[in-house]
Amino acid sequence: MQSAVVVFVMSVIVFFGVNVVGDPIDMLINPEADQEDIEIAIRALGLDKPIGEQYLFFLKNALAGNLGRSFIFGEPALQLILQRMPATMELAFAALIMAVVLGIPLGLYAGLKPESLFARTTMSVSILGFSLPTFWVGLMMIMVFAVILGWLPSTGRGELGTFMGMTSSLFTLDGLLHMLMPALNLALLKISLVIRLTRAGTREAVLQDYIKFAYAKGLKQSRVIFVHLLKNILIPVITVLGLEFGNLIAFSVVTETIFAWPGMGKLLIDSIQQLDRPVIVAYLILIVLIFVALNLIVDIAYSILDPRVRLGDRKA
Amino acid sequence: MSVIGDKAQPLNKAPSAPDVETPFMRFRSDFMESRVAAVALALLILIILIAIFAPLIAPQNPYDLAQVDILESRQPPGAKSFQGYIFLLGSDGAGRDLFSAILYGLRISLSVGAMSGVIALAIGSVIGLAAAYSGGRTEAFIMRIVDIQLSFPAILIALMLLAVFGKGVDKIMIALVTVQWAYYARTVRSSALVERSKEYVEAANCLCLSHKRILFGHILPNCLAPLIVVGTVQTAHAIALEATLSFLGVGLPQTEPSLGLLISNGFEYMLSGRYWISFFPGIALLITIVSINLVGDQLRDVLNPRLQK
Repeated sequence: MQSAVVVFVMSVIVFFGVNVVGDPIDMLINPEADQEDIEIAIRALGLDKPIGEQYLFFLKNALAGNLGRSFIFGEPALQLILQRMPATMELAFAALIMAVVLGIPLGLYAGLKPESLFARTTMSVSILGFSLPTFWVGLMMIMVFAVILGWLPSTGRGELGTFMGMTSSLFTLDGLLHMLMPALNLALLKISLVIRLTRAGTREAVLQDYIKFAYAKGLKQSRVIFVHLLKNILIPVITVLGLEFGNLIAFSVVTETIFAWPGMGKLLIDSIQQLDRPVIVAYLILIVLIFVALNLIVDIAYSILDPRVRLGDRKA
Repeated sequence: MSVIGDKAQPLNKAPSAPDVETPFMRFRSDFMESRVAAVALALLILIILIAIFAPLIAPQNPYDLAQVDILESRQPPGAKSFQGYIFLLGSDGAGRDLFSAILYGLRISLSVGAMSGVIALAIGSVIGLAAAYSGGRTEAFIMRIVDIQLSFPAILIALMLLAVFGKGVDKIMIALVTVQWAYYARTVRSSALVERSKEYVEAANCLCLSHKRILFGHILPNCLAPLIVVGTVQTAHAIALEATLSFLGVGLPQTEPSLGLLISNGFEYMLSGRYWISFFPGIALLITIVSINLVGDQLRDVLNPRLQK
């Protein structure tokens, strides 16, 4: 219900942003078109009608997936963005996996041995991970690993491989090498976040009775840590990561620009710079839909993972 | 005990007994307990002073085209300029002295961050206070808007606004304020809710003071501690966000380069090994953000009544 309201409000804002703040004829019609074409386009977009009717027209077009054609590419804007979406998604997924694979073990270690030198270093580095501007870290990574050391490629997506009907950089060595730096750059903030969450959860859990009892039963340390402890600290980490996935997609705008990754974030920045307005409008509408959907999924997943939260309670 | 809440008593005593600790003195000694925070505060003050007095310190005015020579572009750090001074940190693609450009950029970054922070703080706290004080449907409605806005990442909202409005100092300020006000509103509302049920507000109500006076004269000053903490952290965020947006080319115009834009300008030269054009502005940005964050962390510890001994 709330999601529907958000989508509706956003569509109104985007519509007014385009049609009232700016001149819709400038915004949606190619400036290089001649007078006759402009008039045809005005009628096609319903711009000669009153504003209320215009909004309905815009909604109808948007629902039908017709958000105008790109000035630069001459393709429907929505299609253009959907073509770039897999690249962004695979980058965000790779970053998410990195955050889990690096963040949880480091956080676990820092939580179990908070006084050790390694744990202290990890924590200081994670503070840095919060403060460092992502884009600058990206630039420095390019400088060190691509320019000075020459180990990793700095731009593009590399060779694509196809596996089980999916085409992605994940399935070739070249693609993986291309992905390493952008994904790490995007993941940096999330790694710090996961380290802190896991460490806090671990420090709280080791003091609790069920862990003491597990030790008292004579279980091996590895079993206590990886079965009893991990299970209990994972729930908050997973929820936060779910919510942060949307954040990753938003921040991929920055990472994609630095590493020339051909995803939808880079498309947005290119479109803003080239004033390719139909693509901008389509991107904004699409990203709002993605976000609303993500929030809904996280809400539902949360109620499945944690039996204390049920959909029934939330309605009350 | 909250530091700000009990200001009234020692102020009366202080003149008669000079050895009594004033709240400010206690606050100062609490703050200085952490050496890291003290260093961070000193650095931050230094950075602010540098930004204010940039025209006096910088060897060159990077906006004055008469002083910039394109022939001197991309000089490495330490090279000597035609006018006789030394390019301490090298020069950028347009021949500007990078050290001067960083000082001026710092000025823009700091002022945009601080000003948007102050405006957002004013708007956010009025809305948050109104929500807490009125309660009922108004409160539910305002907080729903805050929740919805906070469920979107800041950078996305800022990008949306800038995509629709275009570039410019005023536009980026609008974007930064829009992004930040919700944090302040939420903070003020939660502490105002606690304050509202306290006895002094009841007393003020009994005295038939006006709503305005109770809100701004009684409740708001007691919500200041969390606001200051959120304010410092948000200012650091705003500076980082502005730098990111400028880097993406949707923030400030080229004529007034902030730190983010300087880094962005250096990007194209980096692949040919001219690291300094991006590296040094980044370091300046990093030091600024880290020192604000450290000061904010320490403020949170000192101003949090729950952590007080």
